Amino acid sequence: MNLKLKIWRQAKAESKGRMVTYSITDVSPDMSFLEMMDMHNEQLIQKGEDPVAFDHDCREGICGMCSMFINGEAHGPDRLVTTCQLHMRKFKDGDTIIIEPFRANAFPIIKDLVVDRSAFDRIQQAGGFVSVNTSGNTQDANSIPIDKHDADKAFDAATCIGCGACVASCKNASAMLFVSAKVSQYSLLPQGKVEATDRVLNMVKQMDEEGFGNCTNTGACEVECPKGISLENVARMNREYMIASLKG
Amino acid sequence: MITTTIARKVAMALSGLFLILFLGQHFTINMTSVFSEKTFNFLSHFMGNNPLVQFILQPILIFGVVFHFVLGFILQLKNNKSRNVKYISYKGSANASWVSRNMILSGIVVLSFLGLHFYDFWVPEMNYKYVEFLPQDPDRYYEELVHKFHSPIRVSIYAVSFIFLSLHLFHGFASSFQSVGLNNKYTKSIKLFTVAFSLVIPAGFIFIAIFHHLNG
Amino acid sequence: MAKLDSKIPKGSLSEKWTNHKSDINLVSPANKRLIDIIVVGTGLAGASASATLAELGYNVKTFCFQDSPRRAHSIAAQGGINAAKNYQGDGDSTYRLFYDTIKGGDYRSRESNVYRLAEVSTNIIDQCVAQGVPFARDYGGLLDNRSFGGVLVSRTFYAKGQTGQQLLLGAYSAMNRQIGRGKIKMYNRHEMMDLVLVDGKARGIITRNLVNGKIERHGAHAVVIASGGYGNVFFLSTNAMGSNVSASWKIHKRGAYFANPCFTQIHPTCIPVSGEHQSKLTLMSESLRNDGRIWVPKKLEDVEAIRSGKLKATDIEEQDRDYYLERRYPAFGNLVPRDVASRAAKERCDAGYGVNKTGEAVYLDFAAAINRYGKEQAHIKGLDENDAALVKKLGQKVVRAKYGNLFQMYEKIVDQDPYETPMMIYPAVHYTMGGVWVDYNLMTSIPGCYAIGEANFSDHGANRLGASALMQGLADGYFVLPYTIGDYLSDDIRTGPISTDSQEFESAEKEVKDQLKAFIENNGKHSVDYYHKKLGKIMWDKCGMSRNKNGLNEAISEIKALREDFYKNLNVTGGADEFNEQLAKAGRVADFLELGELFAKDALERTESCGGHFREESQTSEGEAMRDDKNFTFVSAWEYRGEPSSAKLHKEILKYEEIEVKTRSYK
Repeated sequence: MNLKLKIWRQAKAESKGRMVTYSITDVSPDMSFLEMMDMHNEQLIQKGEDPVAFDHDCREGICGMCSMFINGEAHGPDRLVTTCQLHMRKFKDGDTIIIEPFRANAFPIIKDLVVDRSAFDRIQQAGGFVSVNTSGNTQDANSIPIDKHDADKAFDAATCIGCGACVASCKNASAMLFVSAKVSQYSLLPQGKVEATDRVLNMVKQMDEEGFGNCTNTGACEVECPKGISLENVARMNREYMIASLKG
Repeated sequence: MITTTIARKVAMALSGLFLILFLGQHFTINMTSVFSEKTFNFLSHFMGNNPLVQFILQPILIFGVVFHFVLGFILQLKNNKSRNVKYISYKGSANASWVSRNMILSGIVVLSFLGLHFYDFWVPEMNYKYVEFLPQDPDRYYEELVHKFHSPIRVSIYAVSFIFLSLHLFHGFASSFQSVGLNNKYTKSIKLFTVAFSLVIPAGFIFIAIFHHLNG
Repeated sequence: MAKLDSKIPKGSLSEKWTNHKSDINLVSPANKRLIDIIVVGTGLAGASASATLAELGYNVKTFCFQDSPRRAHSIAAQGGINAAKNYQGDGDSTYRLFYDTIKGGDYRSRESNVYRLAEVSTNIIDQCVAQGVPFARDYGGLLDNRSFGGVLVSRTFYAKGQTGQQLLLGAYSAMNRQIGRGKIKMYNRHEMMDLVLVDGKARGIITRNLVNGKIERHGAHAVVIASGGYGNVFFLSTNAMGSNVSASWKIHKRGAYFANPCFTQIHPTCIPVSGEHQSKLTLMSESLRNDGRIWVPKKLEDVEAIRSGKLKATDIEEQDRDYYLERRYPAFGNLVPRDVASRAAKERCDAGYGVNKTGEAVYLDFAAAINRYGKEQAHIKGLDENDAALVKKLGQKVVRAKYGNLFQMYEKIVDQDPYETPMMIYPAVHYTMGGVWVDYNLMTSIPGCYAIGEANFSDHGANRLGASALMQGLADGYFVLPYTIGDYLSDDIRTGPISTDSQEFESAEKEVKDQLKAFIENNGKHSVDYYHKKLGKIMWDKCGMSRNKNGLNEAISEIKALREDFYKNLNVTGGADEFNEQLAKAGRVADFLELGELFAKDALERTESCGGHFREESQTSEGEAMRDDKNFTFVSAWEYRGEPSSAKLHKEILKYEEIEVKTRSYK
């Protein structure tokens, strides 16, 4: 199929960007979206033009590196996929595809479609861990049984890949879903409960300092999350946060 | 205290829930006007002259209203600032309802309506009681009410505003529970109740306005 | 550098590690503060090592080329992690895990290292649970296990099909804690460009900041390479797009021996190639073989009908299906080790039984499992076990709970519903057992330079068993390196900070800059990917699942010619002082073009078949791999001598004291 691509081009963080229109032919419906982008880049290189920079790595939907805003949605029109798992069969011959970077002040653009998501790392550094030494000299793994339902819920929260689609989709660029997934994972497990109070206070504080917006419960994040992280986690974090604030 | 995003979110929810409670109370009293002029006058007189209501609840209510909209504006400003460069193409409808994305709009309409409403009822009331010190008249309320709804323009403005109030409630009510941390097996019921509440209450208010317009 | 001392401690096998830990030199907590360590890579090995070293008190600088340490490709490991916990009470033990791993590796791994790995495996699980890794649990709240290929016990701990992700996020969280404390300085989007040696010791690295192209010098008392494997030399593999050999190759060029490069694992269950545009291959976890049955049609006419779309897989009658693994290997059936399963698939497809358009796919069928689980559930719930629709529904639910995310992934890529029709799979390059040669302390042949995780060669011999890579990465990072590195660093407590102003740093930096400049200024006509794809094709055709002398000789000369063409005709757009993915890729492919040749050379040299390395000249009459223990019970460690063709072979003879070397049979 033949497509028209409108892609955000921006040479570096400080330069002014703009949309550039390209056309691409002979796209196979079995291609992944990124393979289509590879093909497009190959053509740009042949023409001696600068290929479009975009983040990608594992190409199987787990590393969380790919990050395009396609036709007005994070990771494109399909559900429960990352951009690398989106396939061209979701588009029709003759379609125009608008490709933008994830946008949020907390995610400054590095080049073209590449953004800096290190704010997420800093939030995790503020408390996204259990303070246990890595010596292995801890108690036996089976010494604390964990309710299967809690373990499963913790797992579901822990599947977050940190891609930032929640922030990109949210009209307020809020990072609540991301932060709450981590807070929830630990607060559901006995190992993480011990420092739950400090964790939620510190992580939320860092989240605010990074300049993310406020949550207004539109639920866009949950819909666009490639891993289907539930809004339940946001509610849990709100609860944890209130309790923690009251505790001081 | 309310500097962090979550604290503000919770404050927004709690003030909203408080206003919803007030709305229920206001609706109940107004509804009596349809059935019994006497009950309505009695209740209005009580609310207008009971010192507890006048000097404690009324200021709290006004504070609640102001707090809710001021915080709403602050949040909106911060949210606008969290994405300076906007998307060329942003398909909000793909993943979130129109009402949830436009709370500020429905909120502004409701706020403007509140302005009109204060001008219509509260200002004259305050003037009557505390500026001109006119003598008490326990039977005047019903007449005043009916009088206000003579004008079809006012009735239309009221009706439109209540539609926006409905939209505001439609997202805001259930959303408040999420904000204060309740998302569990009851969430479905809360959402159903929200739908019912956000339809019945504004529809009821519209009904009252039209009723008095037609019968007045 | 002629020595190849593996430094295996004395004593009986089960006491070596304990004794060694008591014997080696330590660095006091006060002195650790004076010592800097560089870690390159943030996968399971790199992240766990960084966290632990920092926790011990060293100053750690960690580098990754991705935008966050959490993106490292360990995250994509699906199936699980082995540990000899024997929670299932099915007869597992440290010795059995050790034995299975040695046997799985086809007797080409170092006994002492593997025993140590089995020994510390149980600690890993304790550690990860304490960190909040949400492993699968049963209804009693205890940890669940499943079985993996090549073993007869259930010792694999898992978190649905995302075990690697959960373990990596655990290690990443431990790192985050140390970054927060200032003990780790994290450099994201930085690529290691070269190793710097001062007085023969590893004393730092040169890096390129991938955002602005800045070349930086970093000094340290020791350098740890944890940059993973080199599967991407095949272009198409299950590795991430960015996975590369460069860090390992740079240290190889600086004097570290490269061991067993030809030992590559071809994973049997990957989604087949769909066309020329393919950029990578996606793995379907080996755990699927617990419940999936692999087959191709018995009759060639059925194959034809399937390819032309006249028949569907589900139309083929039971008696017309060839469950070839169950037929050939009755004892292990569908759970034979990866190398065996891969070769069996290739054998069927080469014989013309491949079931997709390209003729390179076999079926992985869950119908039997769905039926079995469905009946079980119907029985438990007291429902009608003969109601086919109900049984199917119940069975699908069980399968969804076990493999839901994998099935979803398959459906997204192939656009077929694996609950209704069998999956199509084909082997793909997955893991490289070979890597930088290290001694028992995980130190390479360069003093002060260590290699851990997939980057080293040490524990998997010629074939890796499923769920062992995660185990090795974390064992190296959490429990082995942090001890053994102290032995070396105890000499460095008076050294003081390493200056980056020395001549050695100066010239290393210049070399890096010159190479980048050469790439940019080369006005050729082909993109980096053009060369990478060509290299991949040579590798897959001639150094893939089966190898022969002629093919390997051809590969060597073709790669050499391709490399020469690469330097003549490469076209890299953009400049060196900016975000330039083409430039970064050019450097990586340049290294792959050298490694590929050494790979072929190593495969040529090893005329036996063993593990993942199948030499057509060395097979039994039944087509099974035939080892040559008399001549090849050694590790090939290659010393860099300018060109890959002039690399010098050093042999580390493998001695088996505890284990009797036997023919590996899964029949």
